[in-house]
Amino acid sequence: MITVENLTKSFQGVPALKGVTLDVQSGSVLGVVGPSGAGKSTLARCVALLERPDSGAIRVDGTDITALGGTALRNARRQIGVVPQGDSLLRQRTAAGNIALPLESAGVPGPQRRTRVGELLDLVGLTDKAGSYPDQLSGGQRQRIAVARALAAGPSVLLADEPTSALDPETTGSVLTVLDRARAELGVTVLVVTHDMSVVRKICDDVAVLEDGRVVENGRVLDLVTDAASRTASTLLPAVDQNPVNESAYDRVADVVLIGFAAVGALLPEAANRFGVELNLLGGGFTRLGETPVARFRVGLTGERADSALEWISDAGAAVRRTLKGPQGVAA
Amino acid sequence: MRSATPWSDVVELLVEATGETLYMVGVSTLIATLFGIPVGVWLQLTSPGGLRPQPAVHRILGFVTDLGRSMPFIVLLVALTSVTRLIVGGSIGSSAVIVPLSVGAIPFVGRLVQNILSEVHVSVVEAAVTTGATTVKIVRSVLLRESLPALINAIGVTVIALIGYSAMAGVIGGGGLGDLAIREGYQRFNDRILWGTVAWLAVLTTVLQFGFTRAARASDRRRHAAI
Repeated sequence: MITVENLTKSFQGVPALKGVTLDVQSGSVLGVVGPSGAGKSTLARCVALLERPDSGAIRVDGTDITALGGTALRNARRQIGVVPQGDSLLRQRTAAGNIALPLESAGVPGPQRRTRVGELLDLVGLTDKAGSYPDQLSGGQRQRIAVARALAAGPSVLLADEPTSALDPETTGSVLTVLDRARAELGVTVLVVTHDMSVVRKICDDVAVLEDGRVVENGRVLDLVTDAASRTASTLLPAVDQNPVNESAYDRVADVVLIGFAAVGALLPEAANRFGVELNLLGGGFTRLGETPVARFRVGLTGERADSALEWISDAGAAVRRTLKGPQGVAA
Repeated sequence: MRSATPWSDVVELLVEATGETLYMVGVSTLIATLFGIPVGVWLQLTSPGGLRPQPAVHRILGFVTDLGRSMPFIVLLVALTSVTRLIVGGSIGSSAVIVPLSVGAIPFVGRLVQNILSEVHVSVVEAAVTTGATTVKIVRSVLLRESLPALINAIGVTVIALIGYSAMAGVIGGGGLGDLAIREGYQRFNDRILWGTVAWLAVLTTVLQFGFTRAARASDRRRHAAI
């Protein structure tokens, strides 16, 4: 749907993007994360067509949109709905008036415009705020109106640049829900640029890590969490406390990542039963990645067949990340 | 010993002079707004952070604007005599004053407007850009509409500044309140007319300022509701 190919951009000789390549599947949500100064904002501004890259291409449905001008550029902009960073609503217009702006630009006639604005207000759950001015809305409500505005002209791609940066966790949830609905109900492809890992946890199918102008990690969120080498995984999964004293009491200690209802609920007790080992949870916990429950536990095993038990867990589809005690490479 | 002018005569003179002043200032403000807003928009669009940055155009336009603003009005009044004759067909009277008054006010309004438009936050403008809006659309629906309260205030400031300038209209026979105070009041030692005019000017200015402030507030949709 939208691909970014080898994008480079410098400002006064200082490179901000050093060849970024991304591929967002149609109807999926990609989170672009990374530390400050990694080039996230520059990437977002290039995709929003507010900044022209020095080289490389951005393709929407196969067409490179970086070199366009005039009417073609304005039409391309309607293909990409943008939720900009920070407050971006017209303060002299109502919520409904703000959502109508892209429709006015697209030349949609009045009656159709009103119908469409009504649908979008419904989508973001703010029908009762149609006549309110931005100053009468909370930060989260303003941001949801900004999302509705971005979706108004029926774009195929929705770009959100730090959509939750100024919000508290509770309102963050409401904005993310709206982004998720946009994908589910309108089928738009979503690209979220964020520094907030909870955004990735809640709505992203894929994640790309940007560092120093380059993509250093890229893949499906559920694949990355079971990848021992992934740095994203450790920030997405529940933390495990280090407790060496406790661990010395067990024959084997391992970190286990479990994905899905069945695995999270039943895998560990079954392993304990089957191999006659005593299995204790030493740390870790549950989280959700999108709709999928995911757990990371540190487990301590006691019993002769502890290694076999770990091997069986691994074979059953869980990622046994490392064996902290005992022979290396037994599992995983 | 001359007896003082009866108050009824003073009022009659004030009414006539007020009509002249409001005519000169009203028409000039209209013209200055009509031409000054495009100048301000052009200045803002071509500025370094604007939608269509054009450093050379911006610098030349800025220079001409500031040159116009630096011209003392009394000089403009006499310097533009031939231009005035060309436009209004004469160089004497209230209508003749409108030409230099407007010419003097256009760069003034232009700068005011540019300053106001530059206050519209860049993220708001960029958001409109990403919707695929044309520059004309952005100027009208974003820059000017978002700035409307400030623009109304700026027109109020212009009206009051022009009332001050119009006091010099007497030089070319334009009449008006300033002329009344100077010619009938000051030069003929008529204190009733002099101070009566001054007091009336104070009232007029206050009322106009109040009106513009109210209009600006009425047009403002920013309400800081407690949420």
